[in-house]
Amino acid sequence: MEFFQRKRRNILPGFGLSMGYTVFYLSAIVIVPLSMIFFNTIPMGWEPFLHAVTAPRVLASYRLSFSTALFAAVFDAIVGLLTAWVLVRYRFPGKQFLDALVDLPFALPTAVAGICFATLYSPVGWLGQTLIKYNIEIINSPTGIVVALIFIGFPFVVRTIQPVLEEVEHEIEEAAQCLGATRWQTFRKILLPHLFPALLTGSTLAFARGIGEYGSVIFIAGNLPMKTEIAPLMIMSKLDQFDYAGASAVALVLLLISFSMLLLLNAVQEWQQKEYR
Amino acid sequence: MNLEWIKKTTIAASMILASGISGTIAQATAVTLLNVSYDPTRELYQSENAAFAQYWQKKTGQTLRIDQSHGGSGKQARAVIDGLEADVVTLALAFDIDAISDSKLLPANWQSRLPNNSTPYTSTIVFVVRKGNPKQIKTWDDIVKPGVSVITPNPKTSGGARWNYLAAWGYKQKQTGSAEQAKNFIKALYHNVPVLDTGARGSTLTFAQRGLGDVLLAWENEAHLILKEFGTDKFEIIAPAVSILAEPPVAVVDKNVTKHGTRKVAEAYLNFLYTPQAQDIIAQNSYRPRNPAALKKYAANFPGIKLFTLNEVFGNWRNAQKTHFNDGGVFDQIYTP
Repeated sequence: MEFFQRKRRNILPGFGLSMGYTVFYLSAIVIVPLSMIFFNTIPMGWEPFLHAVTAPRVLASYRLSFSTALFAAVFDAIVGLLTAWVLVRYRFPGKQFLDALVDLPFALPTAVAGICFATLYSPVGWLGQTLIKYNIEIINSPTGIVVALIFIGFPFVVRTIQPVLEEVEHEIEEAAQCLGATRWQTFRKILLPHLFPALLTGSTLAFARGIGEYGSVIFIAGNLPMKTEIAPLMIMSKLDQFDYAGASAVALVLLLISFSMLLLLNAVQEWQQKEYR
Repeated sequence: MNLEWIKKTTIAASMILASGISGTIAQATAVTLLNVSYDPTRELYQSENAAFAQYWQKKTGQTLRIDQSHGGSGKQARAVIDGLEADVVTLALAFDIDAISDSKLLPANWQSRLPNNSTPYTSTIVFVVRKGNPKQIKTWDDIVKPGVSVITPNPKTSGGARWNYLAAWGYKQKQTGSAEQAKNFIKALYHNVPVLDTGARGSTLTFAQRGLGDVLLAWENEAHLILKEFGTDKFEIIAPAVSILAEPPVAVVDKNVTKHGTRKVAEAYLNFLYTPQAQDIIAQNSYRPRNPAALKKYAANFPGIKLFTLNEVFGNWRNAQKTHFNDGGVFDQIYTP
């Protein structure tokens, strides 16, 4: 009964139909395929499951995947904000060109990025030659993974901040200045609260993308057990041993952690929006 | 993986189309075979397929098209298990075909159906070093010395890498008679490995193109390919005195050939690989032919290495896989502190 009442009160018609489609498509596209992971792990039982997901190599790979993705997302948030700022607030020749460049990591097959980085930073590569003299190791180290993930996640931040920044009116900032706010105060109290939700969304997307990234990372990571093996590679190597259940178990844990992190970040965002309204 | 996806989508799409045209085009094409193979055999099977198609046309008048699919051996086996309808599989190691037989696509005794353990050609593991051999690497013991950087792929994901590992282990175990010493040897070896690529080709690129490492452990055929691709002025092949006899097997996938009605041609195809003509092509592609005449003819390409078989040291593939490469196996142990 309550459902019908709510439906009648809604000003926009078609709630039932559109909601039905939403649920149907989300099920068909997201829930049903992902639930296969769940069903794959059921036959293996609790003990082997725990054994598979708490093996030292697997734990190390989780740690690596989440920490590198986090580093990359934070870096992307800072540089992405700056880039979005420049692209929105200034006029300069070649702006369109720069704007298009931002999307390139989206369009490229990630393996291409991996090959580019691997050749650039290799000991005989253009940059690697110099870096090796100072004993800085990028390739075959966690640093290399972060570099690749920064590249992959960058457009997410820029593209989510840009439209929001475009909508922030100059007058608000001018008013703040007139009322005696310093530049830092204007940024901190006026601009940042506006941009924060977009910034958070963008870096969350970059973070989530980073956890799952495989193609570009395997070229640059070195893939050494316990040191530079990412979680998706653990899944792939279990599959290569025909261990479907084990692979699904690792994937399931990855999925659960990612999903709870996304939920948490969404909650933070909602709380923040309430706080500033 | 991508290829299978395209294939499946195409099949699905054409089925939808065909249901409209009610199958009138089905008979128009000639016989097709799908050979699902591993990475380095691309060039070999291109030549073999052309030769066999010609032979088959002469014999039966049928036009034959042989499609090839290449990828990591384990991944290819998985694709077949998951429904890629291969008529024949030609993979890097018997364990991968064992896995296919576990899913009932072919009988468990598949390896005894063709001569020489169902392997019409063999290969072995050799060293590739930079020109002039600056680190003076000549034997297996040289590659575990401190300061030598070794490139080999991850045995968990690569068939070739498993042969590398087993060659090193077998060398030490045969030399000392002790599995414990062999384990220490392997541990020292992987201590010298700065990067584990997922496949043999990946390691080749890491070594040859990106300049990492002093020595690459590689299939003999891949080593020759490196010299051909990157130049004999940059790299040298070093043949160790002892190595493993790598036997990449071939098999007809019974369930699929019955379904396609291609059993006769598929069996003829694999038997053809044992003929003098095919054995010549095998030798030209730097695989070691089974046929003594072909081996003699191309002897200059194949230095005398004392080869031991996998069964001599490890019993069989399932055993080797279980002890060394499964989760918690020896390979995992050498990395766990």
